[in-house]
Amino acid sequence: MDQNIPQVIQTVPLQYYVFFAAALFSIGVLGVLTRRNAIIIFMCVELMLNAVNVLLTAFSAYRADPNGQVFVFFIMAVAAAEVAVGLAIIVMIYRNVQHTAVNLLNRLKF
Amino acid sequence: MNSIIVLSVLGLANLFLGFLRSNRLLLPVAMLILLVALGVNYLDWNTGPLSFFSGMLVVDNFSVAFTGIVVVTALLLLPFSQKYVRDGEPNLAEYYSLLLFSLVGAIMLVSYNHLLMLFLGIEILSVAMYVLAGSDKRNLRSNEAALKYFLMGSFFTGVLLFGVALIYGATGTFELSQISAAVQNPAPGFESLTPMLYIGMLIMLVGIGFKVSAAPFHFWTPDVYEGTPTFFAAFMSTVVKTAGFAAFLKLLVQAFPAANAQGVWLPTLTAMCVLTLLIGNVGAVTQTSVKRMLAYSSISHAGYLLIALVAFNGQLYGASANGIMFYSLAYSVATVSAFGVLKLVADARMREDYDGLNGLAKTNPLLAFALTVSMLSLAGIPLTGGFFGKFFIFSAAVENGYIGLVVFAVVMSMVSIYYYLRPIIAMYMRPAEDETTATPVPVGPFQSATLLLLALLTVVLGVLPGLVAGML
Repeated sequence: MDQNIPQVIQTVPLQYYVFFAAALFSIGVLGVLTRRNAIIIFMCVELMLNAVNVLLTAFSAYRADPNGQVFVFFIMAVAAAEVAVGLAIIVMIYRNVQHTAVNLLNRLKF
Repeated sequence: MNSIIVLSVLGLANLFLGFLRSNRLLLPVAMLILLVALGVNYLDWNTGPLSFFSGMLVVDNFSVAFTGIVVVTALLLLPFSQKYVRDGEPNLAEYYSLLLFSLVGAIMLVSYNHLLMLFLGIEILSVAMYVLAGSDKRNLRSNEAALKYFLMGSFFTGVLLFGVALIYGATGTFELSQISAAVQNPAPGFESLTPMLYIGMLIMLVGIGFKVSAAPFHFWTPDVYEGTPTFFAAFMSTVVKTAGFAAFLKLLVQAFPAANAQGVWLPTLTAMCVLTLLIGNVGAVTQTSVKRMLAYSSISHAGYLLIALVAFNGQLYGASANGIMFYSLAYSVATVSAFGVLKLVADARMREDYDGLNGLAKTNPLLAFALTVSMLSLAGIPLTGGFFGKFFIFSAAVENGYIGLVVFAVVMSMVSIYYYLRPIIAMYMRPAEDETTATPVPVGPFQSATLLLLALLTVVLGVLPGLVAGML
């Protein structure tokens, strides 16, 4: 394990990382917009956050700047906190309506 | 910075009060904590820019002033939670602590100097609000509001972060001043990345635009405000909005003031501004629920605040910052009062529509008076704080040559008079319909005093705007 990790990351051109992260992010956005189950929507949001993590790590490795990687740790920690709150909200709703589909929730209308 | 420490530590300590059998201590203690935070915040006034965490947080007069506004707003809002104390709400200590923690997020938002702190501030503020939105656990509307707020909020946090990542890629830094330098003169090897920078910038605008409920990212606001318990909805529409706009201004002024960047965000922001004014005001006209009307009104006020962002003059301490500060203060005071009266009436009469206010001037003259003052202030009638809020923003915009925008905003604020006068007409001109609307709404002496103080503040801001206006 004496390999330098930034060098390993740099064996792939930077723009590939950007395209990959953009693709992951778009899949996440698409999922949020089309899926109807709250848990799946939530997973798609996590996918978007992970796309951001990939992008930040790649930039950080290419620039030899640790800031981006530290940012990734913060995103992970905050995402974990968000998961805790989000799953609690979904469980609360499940207890009341016995389902997690978002289209059941239509009591508030425009 | 000291206020962050005070609120976090005492907020944690406040959680332990939940072990007490009685709720009576909680409200005074929470208010005391806020007073201490306000005091230590004042100590930082005029001490010059102090930077913390290797320059990630910077405390200057701008952040001290906005911290003051959010803490005072929370302080004025707390008395309206007395019903929770009386009803023996089992989780009250947690609610108060979550409010204190979300204030920490708001303070980080007004004093960040690094995009990491912006992200953390937004998240600390929002995660606490997701929980509070769903605090009425058995109520399906509250559940729905929490889920909608949570899913939308975390989605747009992801969007904001994607923008941050692209900006980091294009500039190699998260620090506001360094981003600004890199936007003007890209470092060697970064010149070809300017399109990525612009895309990242626009994506960030979307992310923050969601948090301050600017159109076209406003769609969550009416639903979430309507479902959220009124007390917390008031917190959302005042503290979250004030902190969000301070953060927005800091981002634009400190990171993207360069002419090439302005060429991209200025037209976008102008379009958002026009759309927000239109949707907020026209949407509010058609509502039948006062709470939903207040939600649309908060969208429309986001539109007025966006004018101040569009008309900024390149520095943090200028007409724009002063305008936003004064407007946020006047708006927060009036909105707290409106939501406070609405909460008292809705708790007693179990309805939130305009007819629920019928005959209020007969049964509760004080509530009717407080709501009238706050509605007049929100509509921008002279002698109230809201008038000078609009005046400062419009005059800053005219000086910078946005006459068309100002004319449009004035027309829209004329529309707003229609829906702000509706509660006043219901209270003063309509007789009580039935038994419930003919009985007085119970109001504690503490709440009456707070309502009077809020009305007084609104009038003072409208008669002597100089007390606050030239601070920044």
